[in-house]
Amino acid sequence: MSELIRLEDVRKIYRMGSEEVAALDGVSLTFAQGSFWAFMGPSGSGKSTLLNLLGCLDRPTSGRYLLEANDVADLDDDELSELRLRRLGFIFQSFNLIPQLSVRENIELPLFYLGWEEAESAARASELAEKVGLGHRLLHRPTELSGGQQQRVAVARALANDPAVILADEPTGNLDTATSKQIMELLQELNAGGKTILMVTHEAEIAAYTKSQLHLRDGKIQSIEGERG
Amino acid sequence: MRGVTRAVRIGIKDLWLHRLRSLLTILGVVFGVGSVVAMLAVGEGASAQALERIRRLGSNNIMLTATKAVEETTSGQVQRTSVYGLTYADEKRLRESFPSVRRIVPAKLVRKEARLGERSLEVRVVGTTPEWFDLVPRRMLAGRELEPHDLAGRSAVAVLTESGARKLLAVERSIGGFVRIGSFAFEVIGIVESDVGKVGDLPTPDQDIDAYIPMTVCKDRFGDTSQRRTSGSFEREQVELHQVIVDVDDTAHVEPTADAITTMLKRFHKRVDYKVEVPLALLREAEATKRTFNVVLGSIAGISLLVGGIGIMNIMLASVTERTREIGIRRAIGAKKRQIIGQFLIESVVLSVVGGLVGVFLGVAIPWVIQRFSGMPTDVTPESIALALGISGAVGIIFGIYPARRAAELDPIVALRHE
Repeated sequence: MSELIRLEDVRKIYRMGSEEVAALDGVSLTFAQGSFWAFMGPSGSGKSTLLNLLGCLDRPTSGRYLLEANDVADLDDDELSELRLRRLGFIFQSFNLIPQLSVRENIELPLFYLGWEEAESAARASELAEKVGLGHRLLHRPTELSGGQQQRVAVARALANDPAVILADEPTGNLDTATSKQIMELLQELNAGGKTILMVTHEAEIAAYTKSQLHLRDGKIQSIEGERG
Repeated sequence: MRGVTRAVRIGIKDLWLHRLRSLLTILGVVFGVGSVVAMLAVGEGASAQALERIRRLGSNNIMLTATKAVEETTSGQVQRTSVYGLTYADEKRLRESFPSVRRIVPAKLVRKEARLGERSLEVRVVGTTPEWFDLVPRRMLAGRELEPHDLAGRSAVAVLTESGARKLLAVERSIGGFVRIGSFAFEVIGIVESDVGKVGDLPTPDQDIDAYIPMTVCKDRFGDTSQRRTSGSFEREQVELHQVIVDVDDTAHVEPTADAITTMLKRFHKRVDYKVEVPLALLREAEATKRTFNVVLGSIAGISLLVGGIGIMNIMLASVTERTREIGIRRAIGAKKRQIIGQFLIESVVLSVVGGLVGVFLGVAIPWVIQRFSGMPTDVTPESIALALGISGAVGIIFGIYPARRAAELDPIVALRHE
């Protein structure tokens, strides 16, 4: 499988007063196209920091990050935004839908920033809502939906720009077991369709749905299980 | 462009979600803009009226009026004659020594009782020349004005003002009829409209109940001495001319000529028993007053819009805090900083412009009500509306930029974690 992401000796150092804390301490890794990863580890192990870096929400203190062979480390804020807009999709633990927007408008959000025509973007949003099983809820507000349904909307939104990578931060953290299962099956289905998914979780049961597991501890790679890209 | 209209629509939708808050937010701008437009309209109306009145006095005119000198006031118990005022010699000198003087209208003013049929009424008799009707232009309602041959022929003719004529029950048929003024009969030759008012301290030359007769006739019949009974004693006055209106050829010459006339009068009069008044100076004064008024208004407008702007900034800052997570979401999805700035800036501009529009409505409605119920003239100029809207838009941008920048500068990771 072809290489999608390459990390070379990536460090992320936070300054806490006079002390320096290495959230990531020399991580080198590649992620292949179509892979499905779980980042695991105790809190403070650096898994969220890694996801934020991969999601271009943050920049490494040192090291290289190549996304589709482009060096991301030197991009400015606008360029990182552009990259997120075109190549990345996010799913969060707390769904992070915008409450005053309808389901359809939430799904359309990336398309709005991409400058799509309203008719096309509406059509795309209904199609995606259909795909995650919420075709009949287009005009509802997020608060009128169950947690599982909200997360489905978030998945649909993450898919709207047809991203190269989906980054999921504890996507089942706020869901019950049955709903978590449904969401993970949905992600599996997307992965089977070719989407690369990188997910943070601390639950082994959830990690079991993925193809590869990365264990981190104190900002370093502890072990890797499953498929290697 | 489509992007902008869509962003505006979204902004309006977000503001509509918090209707009450948005409404309260714009109140500052509403009252700011409303008061500016309304005050400008009232000021504009008042000054337009003042200017119009001054123009009616004639901006090329100089008004000379006889006044009783202060030290000349009669002691009250004895009968004595006070002699004061402008003289025939003054008139002659005015005619001869000032090249910039185009026309001169002398007037003798006498109070007499007028009788027409059964009716009687005290009138102000104005002995004057035909030029009076050039320098105090009023519409003739019937008949004709005084003409030079009336003076030369010493004809006993009179032109009555409209309200005087109405009180005497004179009608168009009265033209050619006779009215008794004092103990003399005058033929009524015309009825003229009067347009009476005061500009500052300066009254219009005509009064409501006037009878205009030839100067020559006035001199012959009524002389220069008049008697008035005041609280038991008689007061006798001897005045040759009560009023002289001087018409100057060019507006630029009005004030120098007035100064020269004052100097001349000073030389020939022992006491200051005359007044020299220049409507043009009043005009200047009115204009200066208007400028002052505008400065004051401008400051009030500035302060109220500042307050309105601070109100908007306050609410926008609250809104940014409240929507921190939304901002994080939008940034994570790929919104650029300037798009976040745009989003919040549009909201603040929409707020201030809507406030401005409501304020303009208010600012147009208030003068309308004032005019309707108090009769005070008002004038809402398009410039004042454009100014008010322009400023309110600018307020939205100026006071919106800081909250919007704050929103854009949020770290997406931190913003996403915000509760």
